[in-house]
Amino acid sequence: MKAAVLHTVNKSPFEKDSLNTCFRLARPGSEILLIEDAVYGALAGTRMENLMRDALEKYTIFVLEADIEARGIAPAALIPGVATVDYAGFVDLAVGNDCVQSWL
Amino acid sequence: MASRRKILFINRRGPYGSVYAQEALEVALIGAAFEQEISLALIDDGVFLLRKGQDTRNLGMKQFSAAYRALGDFDVHRVYVERESLAARGMEEEDLVTIADGEGGNLVEIISSAGMSDVIHSHDILLNQ
Repeated sequence: MKAAVLHTVNKSPFEKDSLNTCFRLARPGSEILLIEDAVYGALAGTRMENLMRDALEKYTIFVLEADIEARGIAPAALIPGVATVDYAGFVDLAVGNDCVQSWL
Repeated sequence: MASRRKILFINRRGPYGSVYAQEALEVALIGAAFEQEISLALIDDGVFLLRKGQDTRNLGMKQFSAAYRALGDFDVHRVYVERESLAARGMEEEDLVTIADGEGGNLVEIISSAGMSDVIHSHDILLNQ
């Protein structure tokens, strides 16, 4: 049985390798939510952008609205294709999958 | 009576820089004692947990790979190790200790990233540290 898994990442890809590991091991078609410092990975114009664009071909990628707002990142500054969700959307993603994998 | 669930403990940190791996091992053993199907996944620096030749006498800490041998006595299902994480750290299967499973086999199984992805997506509960 293959379960649907929501993958969350909370570390900046400029500091830790968690986002790379997530992209290596998440099943194509999975939903990935970037929270806390991981939202820096969704910023356009960084050295992560090509990796993120490749990932967007395989996954649906979200960032948590409160975390980008707090860090001065406007939605327009995100890599195109990255979606934003609020806390209620986070809950919907969690209950919409069979379980959650937190890449810490 | 609760049903038997498949629980995967994902370890992505090495043994002595923090208490995470030690705590995860203890919780995994508790889970096995409660008759859940317990497996461990070693990814990224987690592969260092089973590196041969660990000697902690001068560090004054419990030797980790020895503690891992207890998994074989607690009917733990499997310890999965990602081959790509090993390779990235210059290691191969023979650099890891084996864990006797009580039936003449090795609890440790080296699998590809694709295999690890299947393992992650086929468990009921995923626990991280």
